[in-house]
Amino acid sequence: MFVSYKWLQDYVDLSGINATELADKITKSGIEVERVEKKSEGLKGVVIGHVLEREQHPNADKLNKCQVDIGAENPVQIICGAPNVDKGQKVAVATVGAVLPGNFKIKKAKLRGEESHGMICSLQELGFESKLVSKDYATGIFVFPNDVEVGRDALEELGLSDEVLELGLTPNRSDALSMLGVAYEVGAILGREVKWPVVEKEEAAEKATDYISVKVEAKEDNPIYMAKIIKDVKIGPSPLWMQTRLMSAGIRPHNNVVDITNYILLEYGQPLHAFDYDRFGSKEIVIRRAKDAEKIVTLDEAERTLTPDHLVITNGSEPVAIAGVMGGADSEVKNDTTNIILESAYFAGTVVRKASKDHGLRSEASARFEKGVDPARVREAGERAAQLIAQYAGGTVLQGAAEVDGLTMEPAVISITLEKINTLLGTSMTVSVVESIFKRLQFGVELDNETFTISVPTRRGDITIEADLVEEAARLYGYDNIPATLPIGSATPGQLTDYQIKRRKARRTLEGAGLYQAVTYSLTSQEKASQFALEARESIRLAMPMSEERSQLRLSIVPQLLEVVKYNNARQIDSLALYEIGSVFFKRDEQELPEEKEHIAGAITGLWESHLWQGEKKPVDFFVAKGVIEALFDTLGLADQISYRQAEINDMHPGRTAEVLLNGEVIGFIGQVHPTVQKDLDIKETYIFELSLKALAEAEVAPIAYQTIPRYPSTTRDIALVVDQATKAGDIQDIIEEAGGKLLKEVSIFDLYEGDRMEEGKKSIAYSLKYFDPERTLTDEDITKAHDKVLEAVKEKAGAELRG
Amino acid sequence: MMQERLLELQEEALQKVAAASELKELNEVRVAYLGKKGPITEVLRGMGKLSAEERPKIGALANDVREAIATKIEEKQKALETAAVNAKLATETIDVTLPGRPVNKGNLHPLTRVVEEIEDLFIGMGYTVAEGPEVESDYYNFEALNLPKSHPARDMQDSFYITDEILMRTHTSPVQARTMEKHKGQGPVKIICPGKVYRRDNDDATHSHQFQQIEGLVIDENISMSDLKGTLDVFAKKVFGQDREIRLRPSFFPFTEPSVEVDISCKICGGKGCSVCKQTGWIEVLGGGIVRTSLKWLASIPRNILDSHLESAWNGLPC
Repeated sequence: MFVSYKWLQDYVDLSGINATELADKITKSGIEVERVEKKSEGLKGVVIGHVLEREQHPNADKLNKCQVDIGAENPVQIICGAPNVDKGQKVAVATVGAVLPGNFKIKKAKLRGEESHGMICSLQELGFESKLVSKDYATGIFVFPNDVEVGRDALEELGLSDEVLELGLTPNRSDALSMLGVAYEVGAILGREVKWPVVEKEEAAEKATDYISVKVEAKEDNPIYMAKIIKDVKIGPSPLWMQTRLMSAGIRPHNNVVDITNYILLEYGQPLHAFDYDRFGSKEIVIRRAKDAEKIVTLDEAERTLTPDHLVITNGSEPVAIAGVMGGADSEVKNDTTNIILESAYFAGTVVRKASKDHGLRSEASARFEKGVDPARVREAGERAAQLIAQYAGGTVLQGAAEVDGLTMEPAVISITLEKINTLLGTSMTVSVVESIFKRLQFGVELDNETFTISVPTRRGDITIEADLVEEAARLYGYDNIPATLPIGSATPGQLTDYQIKRRKARRTLEGAGLYQAVTYSLTSQEKASQFALEARESIRLAMPMSEERSQLRLSIVPQLLEVVKYNNARQIDSLALYEIGSVFFKRDEQELPEEKEHIAGAITGLWESHLWQGEKKPVDFFVAKGVIEALFDTLGLADQISYRQAEINDMHPGRTAEVLLNGEVIGFIGQVHPTVQKDLDIKETYIFELSLKALAEAEVAPIAYQTIPRYPSTTRDIALVVDQATKAGDIQDIIEEAGGKLLKEVSIFDLYEGDRMEEGKKSIAYSLKYFDPERTLTDEDITKAHDKVLEAVKEKAGAELRG
Repeated sequence: MMQERLLELQEEALQKVAAASELKELNEVRVAYLGKKGPITEVLRGMGKLSAEERPKIGALANDVREAIATKIEEKQKALETAAVNAKLATETIDVTLPGRPVNKGNLHPLTRVVEEIEDLFIGMGYTVAEGPEVESDYYNFEALNLPKSHPARDMQDSFYITDEILMRTHTSPVQARTMEKHKGQGPVKIICPGKVYRRDNDDATHSHQFQQIEGLVIDENISMSDLKGTLDVFAKKVFGQDREIRLRPSFFPFTEPSVEVDISCKICGGKGCSVCKQTGWIEVLGGGIVRTSLKWLASIPRNILDSHLESAWNGLPC
């Protein structure tokens, strides 16, 4: 909503408060003023001129040579290219030295050999948006009414010396979608009176009902309908002041009748519509739901197909308007219109909203109906419009109106105690402070001891419950005046859940291991949504994606991390270690919410260690990545429950990929991205993992047990085993651990040899076995006994031979 | 005679000790003079020829001489050892200005950093952290928050729908409803709800279709708007700096009444007005208010508590 500071003064005395101060006060008490625009900012030197002579430029077909009286001693010569410039016109002249928008300075010039002392301006040249310029002047200069005084400031005449407040209205404050609504608000803030326009009825003896009748069939949708008749109007331009006010509010002037309906829309917040009586097609207005597939050609000359969801105004047989949205072309007010039906009505918000949405027609009118107009103003707005039409378009207003009024609108009555207001706000306002607030709002106030009984005017449809009154009191008392306290109540334990603690542990561990956290998008392309997915399930598509790139919910995080790797690789950042914790989404039944699981994923590429001056470099490999997740499992106390299994997964390196199992259940994978995928993505060798954080966090963890520092020595025996290439080190380790019994405390691999000195198809793995008994020093015999069992087991179960 | 001989030996030995430049040489001196076959022992062996008066004198002198030599040898040995160590250390000198061996260390995403900081602040004030699904039902996302399908406020949210009834949540507020449905109406409620939210915005410098929100809800007896103001003041000072001030402005949200927008004094200009705060001195960071008591999911809360409670929806962390 755009509010002209000057126009507002018609209704509220604003003396002593400039536009900026007013904006600040309005913002602080509840309606945000987004901008205060001074229209004439950066403009000067534009005056009203009178074109005394116009002749063809001797050297240019499209230019005119004009002699213009600008109120100076002598007329000046101006060369003007506008097609509509002519002798006798009053026009806006940017004189030599003038400044126009864009810091365009007007200088004396010579155009094709003829001197030009200034410029005759179009409205666009003065900074008006093209969409606000009346069609009459869309392609030429603006012509003023003849009664403007030559030499006066044209900016002033065009309303540009005004300031306009742009209000950002929240949906509940549709009452401020009118100048009078804003006046009530400002009146309450300033504690000043609101002056209503005076409606003086001057009506002919002839009755409107002799010309037209109204029948409402859809009473729910249209409880109030009033039609007035104005005879013998003369269509022409509306007065300049009205046009400038409309433009300041963002509405393009058309002709006097249409402009007046728009003016009343702005003044009262009540949309009106004028029909050409002679083209209406009948003497009967019938309001009903449209029939299925019924058609209407609207004002914008589009043929629209209606459904029973839409409310229409008909002439008894055919629709002449879509109620509250747009009139029909057939009954449009045109230049030759003489008799008018003026509609002022209350249409239900839902039915207007449906029609405006279905037809893509959002207008100033539909927006107001959708949010609810004040039923108490319907009649008065119609009367005032009729009076203005008589005043500015000639014509006679017929007596009364054809109307249906089926709405009994009682003001809402709400009671509230002073104590309640103060308790909810934490304030200590007195009775008189609160009483004065409600009175300034022009609410009905009855006070019984400390209980207020408030009658809320129908214009404030947003106020229905106690809390609404509390808010009114709070905002006019001023939020700055509310103290700042902290809650005093019974104490509550502030803590994270086990899951949240584990998630934080995971973050700390991965950061400690050198990984940076990434946050990527949940929405991705169809292709990426299920790439690297831990579970092969269907992905979910948005009903109306903004782009294919962001059309699906992800099933895995890895593809997004690889995008980050790609982005960095493309910018010469080759070494990168990333992780992300985020949700992935699995489709369930169409009617159900998807299954959301939190995953933890990582991508590591480039050098893991680079100590340049010492010449050491260690590229990332599978075991670097595995070390990272092992650290994670260790922190979460799950190391003993995790195992790995060689696996083949789409888009992963077939020889360098493992599934990660938690107590035998697959909960993730780790490995190298398939070299062809790496190549397609244009990324370097990259290792990735993705694990179900949910599974990890929910797994049962054994309690932490204390271990003393050993009092007895341990003994280490090393063995080198020759096994088949395909034999897994982990399997041998399992065999050793099982066979070693309780004396075997630790098994670690300290060497792997697959070189030339080995027999074809064989490799050698060296294990270090540590034997220990916390109760005593082990004898050689004890150890040999245990160790022999190990050797026997590896020979038998893994076909291993001791390497000499 | 013997006396002279001993003093001579002492002189000789001390000269050799002083001249020794290596431990080995020093040891040779030790063996030569103090050893069993050394000259001092030899002198002592001839003591039998001496008179009873002279014998102890010479004996004492011989001991003094041994001791003097031994002391010097020891001193010299220490000096030689120290010199040897120093010489070795001198060869081990490194350039300490060379860079250290880097330790790999990662870091949190800035968003998570802020979220954790806020979580910790509120945990310290007795709050728990509540979370909910990112894909929500229309009911929890809108209807439960007083936004029926026809509500004009739905204009404000352009959402990613999956079906007519399921969408990407547009705010973290559904978590409030979900939490309250589980709450048995026993004792106060103090939660904050951080999380990702989604709206149909074109991504640019100041917009993203996915961003992070955090909001809070407190339900207790005798809670007031002033408590909301005080809590947010603590929040603003902790997160944005001790010098920050907050300003509450009346606003509208369908599930709170009264509703407020909260501005924080601009950190860049300190409130004087700059391009970041659009010359206002204030930056809008969140909205909040008192939860409407008519909401269904508050049904479990006893009436006396419902009649005075507070909620605030913080909305300030675009991703």
